[in-house]
Amino acid sequence: MEVHILTICYLIASVTFILGLKMLSNPATARRGNLVAAVGMTLAILGTIFLYKDDAGNRLHNYGWIFGGLLIGAVIGTLAAKKVKMTAMPEMVSLFNGMGGACAALISIVEFNHLTHGYNAAEYPQEGFQFFSGIDKTQLLIILLGLIIGSISFAGSMIAWGKLNGKIKDFSFKGQHMLNNILILVIFGLAAYILVASPEETILYFYVIVALALFYGVLFVMPIGGADMPVVISLLNSFTGVAAACGGFLYDNKVMLTGGILVGAAGTLLTILMCKAMNRSLMNVLIGSFGGSTATGAAQQQAGGSYKEITLSDAAMVMSYANKVMIVPGYGLAVAQAQHVCHELEKVLESKGVEVKYAIHPVAGRMPGHMNVLLAEADVSYEKLLEMEQANDEFKSTDVVLILGANDVVNPAAKNDPASPIYGMPILEVEEAKTVIVNKRSMKPGYAGIENQLFFQPKTSMLFGDAKKALQDLLAEIKNV
Amino acid sequence: MNNMLQWISEHQQMIYIVILMIFVGIEVIGHVPSVLHTPLMSGANAIHGVVIIGAIIVMGKAEDHNYLAIVLGFLAVVLGTLNVVGGFVVTDRMLEMFKKKK
Repeated sequence: MEVHILTICYLIASVTFILGLKMLSNPATARRGNLVAAVGMTLAILGTIFLYKDDAGNRLHNYGWIFGGLLIGAVIGTLAAKKVKMTAMPEMVSLFNGMGGACAALISIVEFNHLTHGYNAAEYPQEGFQFFSGIDKTQLLIILLGLIIGSISFAGSMIAWGKLNGKIKDFSFKGQHMLNNILILVIFGLAAYILVASPEETILYFYVIVALALFYGVLFVMPIGGADMPVVISLLNSFTGVAAACGGFLYDNKVMLTGGILVGAAGTLLTILMCKAMNRSLMNVLIGSFGGSTATGAAQQQAGGSYKEITLSDAAMVMSYANKVMIVPGYGLAVAQAQHVCHELEKVLESKGVEVKYAIHPVAGRMPGHMNVLLAEADVSYEKLLEMEQANDEFKSTDVVLILGANDVVNPAAKNDPASPIYGMPILEVEEAKTVIVNKRSMKPGYAGIENQLFFQPKTSMLFGDAKKALQDLLAEIKNV
Repeated sequence: MNNMLQWISEHQQMIYIVILMIFVGIEVIGHVPSVLHTPLMSGANAIHGVVIIGAIIVMGKAEDHNYLAIVLGFLAVVLGTLNVVGGFVVTDRMLEMFKKKK
């Protein structure tokens, strides 16, 4: 009877996962979708604790440990998730994803020990080869898969986390991709060897695989630029899904299988969609930089020329006497944590009778939805945030466009220059406005590594400096006007 | 080889689930607007926390003298819970920001 109830719990949970994911992909239902999946998860967890029986009909024990672990995890998880700043959310997701990967890897380690336990070399003198036979061998294969994928996901997520909070710098060396490929071959070679080797040999190799998989995870993420981390996290997310599904096979557990594969598939598609929104291929992101050096060269030749700077007081003057100012936020705003000052600026300008709006590019900051979340944190009203199409209609009637640390999303090369690596990416057409003021830290190209012709146009002027500092100074000047 | 085939037919239900779930996973999020990419990633992250169920089973089966299993199992339960609880809470906080939408 209890087993049947557990089956129904799992069934409901599986349905809530599918439903939750479906609802998450629609703005109107997203929040409820998350809740639905959470309820299903709770049901599955409680069902497992109280109703699970193994093949021999034994219940679980060690309840103290289980509840202790759940409690510690839940308290730390809730606190971490509640305390984290809005801007640091992607790195939090990466951290949690790494935890899931580590969890899958640990399960594999324990199950491997179970499998090799009971083996005694004296008892099976000649049978080493047959020891892992039949079903055991398939089980071993699943354990190894869960271990490898889980470890890579864990190590990779930790690096992605470090990169997003600025603790780890991009790092690559010549031949790194070669080394990565060799490493993955060695890992799978060893895994294949374990499947045919005698058990006493396998234990050492098993741990060598753990070490190599962790190392591969580190090398895999290391060369990828910090701004591309959301794509990488999404990919590692789907890896962890597959690792969880391995657990489903191991325990013949349908809810783990459903949840894991569902996330594996959806995560992979999501990764591809994210790349598409930036008009890049997944390969391109993973290799770590824009490879087309010829295209870059061409773009650089065309650009060049001279740019002009604008003083703070001039910028303050221009903006104070404008009818309509459009702010284009980008990665620079997020890095400088300038969203609150930005909101201040907006309020001061409005008090002077200037209409202020924000033009949000879908991948501004290279993290979809990043700017919406960031500005919402600073209490910027939702009606002021224009999506790309709306904004492009309004630029014609805009007097001043203030670009805060955005670059590639306003680069006209995406429209005009077929040789450009970002050609075809939809952009904010800021050149339609009367004046463009660009706040940047320096003339260095943006993430795509290409020059931006916009900066050299006569109607554009540059306001150099950190976004937060520049906005504070600008704010002070505007108040004086 | 024979073992492999035997395993496949014994687990055919599971294999069917895998194949169907791949299609469901792709179909279900096919039309997601790009603003929701990050929350969706985060939500999916919480869902793969089902791996916690494996951790609970490992922990619940560990024999008293098997310290390795107990320690690793306990660690797995903690990490898995972090994934589930943290994942859902972070997603909820992100989506809270979107509530002003209409």
